[in-house]
Parts: sequence; C-alpha cells; structure tokens
Amino acid sequence: MMRYVWKIAAALLVYYSLVAGLTGEVPRMAILNETIRNIYFHVPMWFTMMALFLVSLIYSLKYLSGSSPDHDLVAAEAARVAMVFGIAGLLTGMLWARFTWGAWWVNDTKLNGSAATMLVYAAYFILRNSVPEKQKRARLSAVYAIFSFSLMIVFIMVLPRLTDSLHPGNGGNPAFGSYDLDSRMRAVFYPAVAGWILVGLWILQIRIRTRKLENTVSI
Amino acid sequence: MKKFQLILALCMTCLPAFAQQGVDMADTMRSEGKIYVVVGVMAIVFTVVLVYLVLLDRKIGRLERKIRNRAGT
Repeated sequence: MMRYVWKIAAALLVYYSLVAGLTGEVPRMAILNETIRNIYFHVPMWFTMMALFLVSLIYSLKYLSGSSPDHDLVAAEAARVAMVFGIAGLLTGMLWARFTWGAWWVNDTKLNGSAATMLVYAAYFILRNSVPEKQKRARLSAVYAIFSFSLMIVFIMVLPRLTDSLHPGNGGNPAFGSYDLDSRMRAVFYPAVAGWILVGLWILQIRIRTRKLENTVSI
Repeated sequence: MKKFQLILALCMTCLPAFAQQGVDMADTMRSEGKIYVVVGVMAIVFTVVLVYLVLLDRKIGRLERKIRNRAGT
C-alpha cells in the first residue's frame, strides 16, 4: 500500500500546482506580469535537480563506506535523472529570461553557475564511462560526486548571493524573503516543489529497477 | 473639516486600486476567458506523462516477478 501512496501524492501535488498555479491570485508586478507564475513550474525543476544530486551524494558516501555496487548504481542513476530536470530548468529559465530580461541568456551569476553545475556533472558521466573496471569506476566517481556536489552548492547557492544577480533574493539576502514570495504563492509553490521532487524520485526508482533487471539478466 | 477628512479617506482607499491598474494582467482571460482550457491542456500533458510512468512501473514490476519466479524454481 505504502508503495503507491507517495506516487499518488506526487500526482495530486503537481495537479494542484497546475490548477492553483494558473488560476490563483498572484502579486501584480511590472515587467513580470503573469510570468510570475513560472515560479511554480521553473523553480521546482531546480529544486528537484538539487534533491536528486543530494541523493547521488548520499549514495556516493554510502558506497565509499561500504563498497556496495547497488549504492554506486543509485548514485549514478540519481545524477542522470537530476540532469534531465536541470535541462528542463535551463530551458524554462531561458524562455522566461527572453521575455522578462530581454535575452535568451544574460551574463548572470546564477545562470552561469547553473550551466557550470551541469558541465561539472557532465564530466561525472565522462569519468564513469572512461573507467572500464567496475570497482575503480565506482570509487572514483563516488569521490568526484562529493566534489561536484560541493561545487554545485558554491555555484548556485553561494556565489549568486555574494555578487549581484537578476534572480530575486540574491545579492545579499536569502531567497524567498517576504518581499519575493507572498503567502498565497507559497501555498502553491511548496506543494509544487514537493510534487516534482516526488515525481523525480519516481522516475529515479524506475531507472534503478531497470538497471537492476539489466544486471540480473546479463549475469 | 469632517467632509474634507472623509474625502481624504476615500482618496486613500482608492490609491491601491490605481496602483494596480497600471500593470497589465490577463484578468479577462481568467474571469470569462479561456484560461481553464490552458489548465486542461497542461493537466492532459501531465496525465499522459503519469500514465506512461505507471505503465513503465507495472511493466518493470512484471519483469521483476518473472525473474524472481525463475530464480525460485
């Protein structure tokens, strides 16, 4: 029973964010206009990516302490699904930037930081593919995953706060202050984030199970 | 004096309304327009993705059972 509950919750939370996100009241702001609703759809992509990279980090640490091949498999697949959500975040962000900041890509710390994060994790897969020996590959990529997760935190959480950024909440104060997101939006935003993270974990679970099936078949 | 105060108070209540009129929002779209069509389309898109996930989930579940049974015999 519990095996299905969180999947149903994922569906309901995202459905709720679709309906409430498009029809609910939002603050009226110049330039942003109705695009402020993108917060419900664009930002959860990044949160899901970060949650999945966190899963990848945790399982990399688990691998290093126990050397179980299953932990390596979860770490790799979590990073892979995270990349998909990162691509979605980049593309939705580019479209949003085109119509509010005026260009598909602007020289903003957070934009460049997120792109750099994706490249750092692209290198993770290149590293994985370039080591044929399984145990060596798992150990090397687990160490690299710790490094890349730390870089991600610096690139998208620390650096944008140190300098000026077009993203709200950066350049000093943390995001989601009272000025950025009012309570009506929070009531949609947080369920949207929770829903998308659960959807991400569902996709991750499907990928892990597929890989395990592959492994049993090939033995 | 009292009249003046009343007028002033009325003007103050109008201020937020004036401030809001300056920004273009798709109000007509939502009140009598077709925003629900967009909600519907997005819901359908998400439903299709969900159905696909459920089908994949079930297919993998079947494969897992198959392999478990084969290992058991």
